[in-house]
Amino acid sequence: MNKANRVRWWTYLLLGLAVFACLFPLYWMFVVASTDSATATQMPPEIVPGGNFFHLAGLVFETVPFVSSMVNSLIVAGAIGVGHAVLCSLAGFAFAKMSFRGRNTLFLIVVLTMTVPTQLAVIPQYMIISNLNWVDTLQALIVPGLASAFGIFWMRQHIGATISDELLQAARIDGATTWQIFWRIAFPLVRPAAFVLGLLGFVTAWNDFLWPFIVLKSPEMYTAQIAIKALQNSFDIDLGLAMSGSFLATLPLLVLFIFVGRRMVAGIMDGAFKG
Amino acid sequence: MTTTLSTSRAAGTPPAVPTRVRQSIRERVAPYAYIAPFFLIFAVFGLVPLLFTFYVALFDWNPIGEHVFIGLDNFTRLLDDARFWNAAWNTISIWLWSTVPQLLLALVLAHLLNHARLRFAVFLRMSMLVPYITSVAATAIVFAQMFDRDYGLLNWLLGLVGVEPIDFKQSVWGSHLLIAAMVTWRWFGYTTLLYLASLQAIPRALYEAAAVDGAGSWKQFRHISIPSLRPVIVFTIVTSTIGGLQIFTEPLLISRVSAVTCGPVRQCQTLALFLYEQGFGQFQFGYGAAIGVALFILIIAFATLNYLLSARVRPER
Repeated sequence: MNKANRVRWWTYLLLGLAVFACLFPLYWMFVVASTDSATATQMPPEIVPGGNFFHLAGLVFETVPFVSSMVNSLIVAGAIGVGHAVLCSLAGFAFAKMSFRGRNTLFLIVVLTMTVPTQLAVIPQYMIISNLNWVDTLQALIVPGLASAFGIFWMRQHIGATISDELLQAARIDGATTWQIFWRIAFPLVRPAAFVLGLLGFVTAWNDFLWPFIVLKSPEMYTAQIAIKALQNSFDIDLGLAMSGSFLATLPLLVLFIFVGRRMVAGIMDGAFKG
Repeated sequence: MTTTLSTSRAAGTPPAVPTRVRQSIRERVAPYAYIAPFFLIFAVFGLVPLLFTFYVALFDWNPIGEHVFIGLDNFTRLLDDARFWNAAWNTISIWLWSTVPQLLLALVLAHLLNHARLRFAVFLRMSMLVPYITSVAATAIVFAQMFDRDYGLLNWLLGLVGVEPIDFKQSVWGSHLLIAAMVTWRWFGYTTLLYLASLQAIPRALYEAAAVDGAGSWKQFRHISIPSLRPVIVFTIVTSTIGGLQIFTEPLLISRVSAVTCGPVRQCQTLALFLYEQGFGQFQFGYGAAIGVALFILIIAFATLNYLLSARVRPER
């Protein structure tokens, strides 16, 4: 074996340090979430988990409406995930496989919108939501996030690369309508890519903070992230409580990630620049 | 106008296989219907609000009171407002602290991960994506604790080697570093994966030839990896500019008291937080919108500048 091609020990050391840095804050979150507040503020700090987690977790559910917050987050993130998978696939299919007037110009517009920082227009966005009477509702969080330029770009790439024109032609000759061609032939073939896109939409929506923070008012409408913020406000000193809430709100994504993380990593790398 | 499925990638090319001569209207509008949801959503929640921001910025606009046209007064007031300049500097400082180390770290890690014979590759990649799936809110709370002056893990470790406790939250540089650490932590793994994907598109033979010629890891990194990564580096610099200058949640959540100002002396108040404070805290929609316009100009200027610089600078061969 060529000596220069072997993996050196320090490669593993550096990568190991990076993995440690990635995972340690979550471990630490659990440590503080499982000790009582007296131990959380002692020096030197306790670095192994204590037995207080279930007590603190119970307190979280008493302090803020955490069950409804998690359900709200699930509804919002789920709707946005599905919306991304379906709507971006549809648009991506149109841009990749159908010819229509203005196609290239419209696609250029889609790509350009990716670079427009619209988040700083929160004041008029709030005014529009307010005029629609959507303040303090979940649709105010769902509708603006149902599709994205990135998602359309992503699905167009995948549909273009995966589906041959001959296949679609054959279906056309057999008398299939455009919708049937999309739904019965194209979409099933790109379902893995649409799934990963849906996951990315889900994660982003689950973790969103600014927009729900502006739009939501009443505790029963909170998403998990806003509930964490409320925990932090109501118990300024009890760090363990805020940490428990944070940990509980992160847990569903961690569990999901254990099952689909491999596909997510592959998907992100698949969508990246090559060469 | 045809709306058949195209056989070639060029727009408007007639289909190779003749389909029905006359298509139903339904079939003809189908492509527009497929792309309509995005355009509708972008128009209502993206473009219109953006244009309206420029309009509202010209008014003394109270959400429940009067809307008085005052021209550019909001902007002259903004330029005289020390809080605005403070927020602008904070934003740029935090963005630099979080972007530069993040991209350098990602470059090195991507290079290390790109080794052909690396073991545990899937585990390593998945671990690096864990911070990305952790929310900003949770990240902010755990980092604020780890960087705490009195009970923080970091100060305890520093204390072991005789360093006096650092008050990260209350000092200007400390709070900027703390926020930058959070941003870097959440994003370096994602950036690493983007770089790694590009690296894997480089033919292995190139590295092998270099190794045979006696080039070590560092030389291979500088002369093969970096030049090939230029497009994706430019991409990440531009996207981190657009995202990083809008930073909001991290500074809001690290200080538990006086959150909107991010501490008594506004030591880490960013432009996005200042916008929120004026718009939703003080109900000065006009002034808040003016901050939005200023932030917009700043982002466009920085993103363009970064694009030009990073596209221009060529690594030495």
